[in-house]
Amino acid sequence: MNTPILEMKNITKEFPGVKALNNVSFQVTEGEIHCLVGENGAGKSTLMKVLSGVYPHGDYTGDIVFNGKVQTFRGISDSEKAGIAIIYQELALIPEMTVYENIFLGHEIKNGSLIDWNETIKRAGQMLKKVKLNVNLAEKVRDLGVGKRQLVEIAKALSKDVKLLILDEPTAALNEDDSENLLNLLRELKSHGVTCVLISHKLREVIEIADSVTVLRDGQTICTLNAKKGEVSESALIKHMVGREIDNIYPKKENRQIGEVVLRVENWNAYDPALGRSILKDINFHVKKGEIVGFAGLMGSGRTELALSIFGNPGGYNISGDISILGSKKRFKHPQDAIKAGVAYVTEDRKGNGLILIQDVKQNITIANLKEISIRNVVNDNSEVKVANEYRVSLNIKTPSVEQKTSNLSGGNQQKVSLGKWLFVGPKLLILDEPTRGIDVGAKYEIYTIMTKLVEQGLSIIMISSELPEVLGMSDRVYVVSAGKITGELAGSEATQEKIMQLATNY
Amino acid sequence: MLFLQNAGKLLQKNIREYGMYIALFVIMVIFTITTDGIFISSRNISNLMNQTGYIAVLAVGMTLVIIIRHIDLSVGFLAGFLGAIAAIALAFWGMPVYAVIPLVLALGAFAGVLTAFLVAQMKIPSFVATLAGWLIYRGAILVVTESTGTIIISNDTFNALGNGYIPDIPGLNFLPEVHKLTLILGFAALLLFIFNEINDRRKKLAYDFEVLPMDIFVLKIAFTSIIVAGITWVLAGYNGLSWTVVIVLIVVGIYDFIMSKTVLGRHIYAIGGNPEAAELSGISVKRLIYVVFGSMGMLSGLSGILFASRLQSATTTAGTLFELDAIAAAYVGGVSAAGGVGKVIGSIVGALVMTSLTSGMNLMGIGIAYQYMVRGAVLAAAVIFDVATRNRAQ
Repeated sequence: MNTPILEMKNITKEFPGVKALNNVSFQVTEGEIHCLVGENGAGKSTLMKVLSGVYPHGDYTGDIVFNGKVQTFRGISDSEKAGIAIIYQELALIPEMTVYENIFLGHEIKNGSLIDWNETIKRAGQMLKKVKLNVNLAEKVRDLGVGKRQLVEIAKALSKDVKLLILDEPTAALNEDDSENLLNLLRELKSHGVTCVLISHKLREVIEIADSVTVLRDGQTICTLNAKKGEVSESALIKHMVGREIDNIYPKKENRQIGEVVLRVENWNAYDPALGRSILKDINFHVKKGEIVGFAGLMGSGRTELALSIFGNPGGYNISGDISILGSKKRFKHPQDAIKAGVAYVTEDRKGNGLILIQDVKQNITIANLKEISIRNVVNDNSEVKVANEYRVSLNIKTPSVEQKTSNLSGGNQQKVSLGKWLFVGPKLLILDEPTRGIDVGAKYEIYTIMTKLVEQGLSIIMISSELPEVLGMSDRVYVVSAGKITGELAGSEATQEKIMQLATNY
Repeated sequence: MLFLQNAGKLLQKNIREYGMYIALFVIMVIFTITTDGIFISSRNISNLMNQTGYIAVLAVGMTLVIIIRHIDLSVGFLAGFLGAIAAIALAFWGMPVYAVIPLVLALGAFAGVLTAFLVAQMKIPSFVATLAGWLIYRGAILVVTESTGTIIISNDTFNALGNGYIPDIPGLNFLPEVHKLTLILGFAALLLFIFNEINDRRKKLAYDFEVLPMDIFVLKIAFTSIIVAGITWVLAGYNGLSWTVVIVLIVVGIYDFIMSKTVLGRHIYAIGGNPEAAELSGISVKRLIYVVFGSMGMLSGLSGILFASRLQSATTTAGTLFELDAIAAAYVGGVSAAGGVGKVIGSIVGALVMTSLTSGMNLMGIGIAYQYMVRGAVLAAAVIFDVATRNRAQ
């Protein structure tokens, strides 16, 4: 049992100007679940790209020993042949193809030179059984939820006779139930002899599932901890990841001064013509000045849709109900109306609809409020740089300059740019949709600190989050959303994970 | 040594932007050598610029269209059709030229708004919507010229737009062979440019921002000055500035200012960079589709006017392939097919590159068949260069 299936020895990988990996060693024992953790930018993804051949042999120094042989992968197809499969955060499925087409895409089962569809369908069915996924094989991947797509990806990997399965943040986009399912599946695969490497930010699940954990920090291996010896604990992991101890990553709530009602939403209904169904039903809630209101619920419960429908309704839903800001009724026809009334919305999907990645930090920060730095519609470039630099300092955005393209920033810093952009609008109410998704512990702590400072200054915050500890740690009040309805309201002091989960699964 | 290092670094950092200027320069040098200097003669350069005019204004509009991730195939025949309308209004309706030009520009803008309606409101992909426009305007040209065939335009004011030159200052006797007003204008433009650069640098320093090292700054000014002075001298040696060049310069000036300095320009780049993010930042994507296609239509009208004026007539085939020349000019000039990136001035340089190729190869007596192939190869090379430098920048 103790033979290593994979040994990466003294791996060093340099990019122009940075050493992304500095003499990293990484050893995985056959048949274990090995978690790889570290802050964003610690080098986890780079290490996996070296392993899978994305960075071909010769591009790095050091040795990869897999299955007892020194490997020189020249591309992904080489590593796949050797039995290594990687499932990335951004899934590599073709939405317009069916489940079975996707599973065998790239290694089709052929009968002569033609594809043997009958055999394909039969084998795809077997694979789905292995991953315990119960969907119609002929269904298009487009119509599946994220959790199910993930399972299809795993089925695809299994169909290639994988020996080492690497999952990069597989549960980042999953709700608690789907995450639990996935972890169970990994345990099951382990019992069938598949070795797994799991990259994750969610320390609780790491503790739950890992046999051993390797921590990377700043491109170096910090340590490898063994679960059986009881070395794996949240505090130990955080200590190694950030190089310091964080006792409580949630700042104190004592200094918040909660005032009058800023936003009130009444009898709010929305119907999505594209889906042909009602997505929000009879929603009533309010947010007060200086308060952080958490919106908890499962993925797909309608929280993002609620935020968008309030924020000028760019999705084109049919809406009924009333919004009032500071007591006066409003109708927002476009996000710009909402922005004018003092509402800002930081999106869940930074890369998709949050930032303009090909533009630099300063342009992203000022885009929603160019008027502020313009005279008669002519933008003053100099005040733009000045404004951007102010946010760079106050939000601690780590970038060589504000002229850096946002695509070159790490997730946490991109999120700070998003925050800066919306703070520059001067909002009364800030809606944060999954503000810490996919960012590391250190940056999370910074975001929480910023949020706390903002509410202490009198801003109101709506925080949509699927991470229950975060909802509990930050919120003054919590609304729980389930299937487009608010199923409960809890004061911060009475909220517990159990109560929230119970309301969130209450259909 | 430090100077060379700085210059090298600057060049490396801005290779994408400077690449096409270098390309244009190289092309001009090659043709000057292969044609024994005829290419660089005042007469040829003047002609070349006039020929570029009607494509250049289309390329300016097309830059914006491609930046917001759309395309407009209808502009060529729209220009041809509007040129025919101008000819009919002058020749048959007896309208004065000062009424015809605004009318045609307004019709063009209206046609652009119609396209925008299909794209923004009906959500039809712009490729399809404007392909429909391509067919419709092609038919429309044939309809309006059906009874007459080619329509001759005899209005001198109108024809001057494509063939005439700005008048010289009377009574100045020095430099008899040279156009004095062109020299004075060129000199004034040069002074304005230098003044602006110095002013900008001063402001940046006042804010404590990073500026170019002094020697590089001087080099940049000197280099640009030589180019501007050179072109001015060459043009002044023939008939001076043509009205076409004046019009193109005004259009480029306005559009470059809008795109690089104003809120509107920023919003257009934002939409091209990420339409969803722009919408959520309070920018109305729909409204800007109307603005961009409307402006494209208006510039098609201008292109039609310049072309009809240059031929002094409206023909049944006017506008053929203009749209592809304009699109090629934009791509050669560094506009990204993925949207969000590109400069108006780049597209003008792209248009100049393409016309220089035609003009130079004509002078060398190369057949039309090979000309097409060379231009195709240059287009491909330009985009390959663009993609390669972009990947390296990341």
